[in-house]
Amino acid sequence: MTHTGQRDVVVVGGGIIGLAIAWRAVSAGLSVTVVDPDPGRGSTWAAAGMLAPVAEAQFGEESLAALNLAAVRAWPGFAAALEAAAGQPVHFRADGTLLVAGDPSDRAATDRVLAFHQAIGLAAERLGARACRESEPLLAPGISGGVDLPDDHQVDNRSTVGALLAACETGGVLFVSDEVTRVDIRDDRATGVELSDGTRVDAGAVVVAAGSRSGALGGLPEAVRPPVRPVRGVTVRLQAGPGIPRLRRTVRALVHGRTCYLVPRHDGGLVLGATMEERGFDLSIPLGGLADLFEDARRVVPALDEYSVVETTSGLRPGSPDNGPIVGLTEVVGLVMATGHYRNGMLLAPLTADEVVGLLGSGSGSSDPSPSPFEAFRPDRFSPVVTGWLGTDS
Amino acid sequence: MTDTATSDPLVIAGTVVGSRLIMGTGGMTSPESLTGALVASGTALATVAVRRVDPSTRHSLVDLLEGLGIRILPNTAGCYTATDAVLTARLAREAFATNWVKLEVIGDDRTLLPDPIELVLAAEQLVDDGFVVLPYCGDDPVVARRLEQVGCAAVMPLGSPIGSGLGIRNPHNIELIVEQAGVPVVLDAGIGTASDACLAMELGCSAVLVATAVTRAGDPSLMAAAMRDGVAAGRAARLAGRITRRFVAEASSSFEGMVGQ
Repeated sequence: MTHTGQRDVVVVGGGIIGLAIAWRAVSAGLSVTVVDPDPGRGSTWAAAGMLAPVAEAQFGEESLAALNLAAVRAWPGFAAALEAAAGQPVHFRADGTLLVAGDPSDRAATDRVLAFHQAIGLAAERLGARACRESEPLLAPGISGGVDLPDDHQVDNRSTVGALLAACETGGVLFVSDEVTRVDIRDDRATGVELSDGTRVDAGAVVVAAGSRSGALGGLPEAVRPPVRPVRGVTVRLQAGPGIPRLRRTVRALVHGRTCYLVPRHDGGLVLGATMEERGFDLSIPLGGLADLFEDARRVVPALDEYSVVETTSGLRPGSPDNGPIVGLTEVVGLVMATGHYRNGMLLAPLTADEVVGLLGSGSGSSDPSPSPFEAFRPDRFSPVVTGWLGTDS
Repeated sequence: MTDTATSDPLVIAGTVVGSRLIMGTGGMTSPESLTGALVASGTALATVAVRRVDPSTRHSLVDLLEGLGIRILPNTAGCYTATDAVLTARLAREAFATNWVKLEVIGDDRTLLPDPIELVLAAEQLVDDGFVVLPYCGDDPVVARRLEQVGCAAVMPLGSPIGSGLGIRNPHNIELIVEQAGVPVVLDAGIGTASDACLAMELGCSAVLVATAVTRAGDPSLMAAAMRDGVAAGRAARLAGRITRRFVAEASSSFEGMVGQ
């Protein structure tokens, strides 16, 4: 049995990446089906919605930082178009981020990274402790200074999911609430997907946007299996009651060498995150990781003691060997990868969606003559030793 | 592999380990950068935190290390009691199919210094249970001797606290530990840069373990290569025998018999 006849595109996975692709694809006139047992409720739901090209830029990751910077610049337009299509807000905020050093050793560490960021042309300005506390009065008196990151923004990830679902429905995207068991490939051409209930979705193109599960998808030849692994992250949703002081904008902190972030929402909500754990496909929430988050966050913002704990959420980031996304065509005709976004799924969703829709339209690459920002992030870039580790059943 | 590595191998519990540089895998920023660093380091033995890495999943770190031919040394990072550490070591033996364990029992959250009393307790139990125990300990020569007495296969004193990069704060204690030890002494924790690793070997350590100093370096592969060279240089200097320190100069060539004298 097949669903609804032949489609132009079937998207495997309805997280932030899959939903953004589906919406952009129907907007471009393609017929689209998204397969996901619970769209928007995977790692996208656990995310905090930070759009952080600068704070996330690590040594040796200059090309990823350049992609992430292009990605944050695509957000205002994406947010406005999505809000117009969906008729609901996504709460995108372009008010920057304050990075705080907990003690003098943390200050030395943030200074080291600051020098790197400035050397590669990223916007970052060193602030003294007093300037930090003027900018954000809830910060603890004992902090050792910080860095203003004017290009690191935030969006409400759950509002964004809601808006994408609405825009997809309006645009005519079909949703199938099931899991893909295998991708059908015949004569080196992707022809659709098989679902766990035995039905099929036939399509001219298959987009793999299944996050950390992309590497475990059935039916993929080893040569095109994306080398992603799950990296667990736990976030905590807090709420400030009436009269409880609120942060003005996103605060990230380095406390005794550990990182945490506090992302305030328009309604007094606050997302605290996140752990980084390599524990396979296990979504449990160990107490130790939570305790560290609470301890570090309280040290930087003592007023958190008055916030209510609303929810703890666990998600699995799709980590790639070099921390960069895996986006582009494969050697199987009609099979497109859009995965491996790791810590930057929200940030990279708009650019990824445009890239994938461009690839779907042309069949061989974007018709736009300018080079793609994803040139350094194609699926075939990994060396055998690394893909051999991450991508096979050895 | 250098000539020294084959003619002067590190031997732990009767097993030849192919390099005197042991790598920790904690703090990696990406699998690719870790892979580059491991290859550049020339290491033959790498630690894996049992509580932080799930060996049963297909994409685990374990597959990478096996692919590179690097022996896995599970550690009990995150344990605060002997009971915890012994349980974790047993779990590691099952999961990683090795009876080697780097025993860590932390006594203080802030400094991550080891708890010597729990450490000796855990070491006794694990040795009785057939483990090859490599305990991470402080730089106290008495604790190091007690660990050897209960049957540990090596002792692994710190140079300074984990991840601090402060180098070897008490070189004399490390020399005392080396001088009395009948098992290999592995300098563990505190290494900040290659000269620290070199100094450890000059003091007579049999090997050096580094993690953060490499994984968090600006260029992890380059720092791994520097550590490899630092360890090799320090070992060679130790074997070569250094000159004595003198308060004033001693001319390197004699003036006697020279023309015009």
